[in-house]
Amino acid sequence: MPKSYADLLREARSQIREVSPQEVDALPAGAATIVDVREASEWEQGHLPGAHHVSKSYIEQQIEGAAPDRDAPVILYCAGGVRSLFAAQTLAEMGYSDVASMSGGFQAWKGAGLDFETPVVLTAEQKQRYSRHLLIPEVGSAGQAKLLGSKALFIGAGGLGSPAALYLAAAGVGTIGLVDFDIVDVSNLQRQIIHTTDRVGERKVESARIAINALNPDINVVLHEEMLVAGNVERLIAGYDVILDGTDTFETRYILNDAAVAAGIPVVHASVFRFEGQLTTFVPYDGPCYRCLYPTPPPPELAPGCSVAGVLGVVPGILGLLQANEALKILLGIGNTLSGRLLLFDALETEFTELKLRRDPNCPVCSDAAVQARAEGHPLQVDGVDVDAPFLLTMTGLAGKVSPEARA
Amino acid sequence: MSTVFIPAVLRANVGGVKSLELGGDSIRAVVDELVAKHPSLGSQLLTDDGDLNRFVNVYINGQDVRYLAGLDTPVAPADEVRLLPAMAGG
Repeated sequence: MPKSYADLLREARSQIREVSPQEVDALPAGAATIVDVREASEWEQGHLPGAHHVSKSYIEQQIEGAAPDRDAPVILYCAGGVRSLFAAQTLAEMGYSDVASMSGGFQAWKGAGLDFETPVVLTAEQKQRYSRHLLIPEVGSAGQAKLLGSKALFIGAGGLGSPAALYLAAAGVGTIGLVDFDIVDVSNLQRQIIHTTDRVGERKVESARIAINALNPDINVVLHEEMLVAGNVERLIAGYDVILDGTDTFETRYILNDAAVAAGIPVVHASVFRFEGQLTTFVPYDGPCYRCLYPTPPPPELAPGCSVAGVLGVVPGILGLLQANEALKILLGIGNTLSGRLLLFDALETEFTELKLRRDPNCPVCSDAAVQARAEGHPLQVDGVDVDAPFLLTMTGLAGKVSPEARA
Repeated sequence: MSTVFIPAVLRANVGGVKSLELGGDSIRAVVDELVAKHPSLGSQLLTDDGDLNRFVNVYINGQDVRYLAGLDTPVAPADEVRLLPAMAGG
């Protein structure tokens, strides 16, 4: 027998428990998953604090992302309390055992003078450009807004920096800083895909800016056409949320590490050699830093750069994109980074190997003693020797001044 | 016999192979056997005092031996030992 809207509504009311806005407001934080089932255009006008947005049209497909546990309490709301009742019936059919609908919906919530949040609203062009991000629950408009407000710094616009900068620009990371003092050489083009043949001879930072803005004109590209050295590192990295280290000298890597640890900025580290690469993420005080991993640099003959040893062009491409992935997770606050893990890539075998990394309790940069010394404004002493950070000892390494036993 | 993985930068010293099967029941014994077979590795892996150079990390089954027992870390047959110097290329 056909049913009218009134019949369906009566049925829903008899099956689904309703809660008032005041009852929802009185719940302790996290006591229930609150889901807004209105359309995106309504959500953008304001929503309950901490609510998830799953439009009623997608409720069957997307509810598990917002509420994975079918036995945990879920409260749905819409504008007036009707659509959420019907959506709650669907959840009950799907096996959710504790579903309620907020009576009167968002209108009643606002009418009661309760707090609400207004999400960052993307422009129509941004919604189109980032639509594939907006569809992912872990990113969505809030995540995209975070990316647009984020700042990533690239040390080196070369083999690793080229693909990573292009992808972060495409992803809408709002500010991209580039530190590079080199000019584009034709031999770079085998792997440094941000540059082009007709820009050979141009400054790398400018060439990269042209490519980034051609891909995404929204990105603010900050050019630092200088070599990163101990004297400018603090200024260069200040204000950035994440740093992608793609330099090709140990000196720069150590100077960057020491300053980034002191400033508390995560560094996504990658390096390449012929068919192989190494990748990890240094999150200050959460995992090890570069000096925990490699206390001293190797002699030059054991660590030739790409210009001496050569590199298969796709290797920095692959590692650079893995760096971009790490950076996006850090900026969005999702997933797990490689903090505490070193990922090795072997292109000849197409093989990834993961090694466990640990913080060195005697690290001259990130150990508790080093942190305390920095806070007290005096140099850390190791074996009775003052060790200043950022370190200028890099090229000799600490090994020259401090016995290995003292640091083992 | 454990499998010892040789990093690309050191492969010229071992005839270009990626890994070697070596005996020895500790990291020290494995490294000693490696250096005995390929003496040119000695100056690259070891200090004058016979310790591992600080710029070469050694992992056994994915764990850094510095946080186990260093050169005295025991090695069992079928263990995977990996030598890993830092790379700078970008």
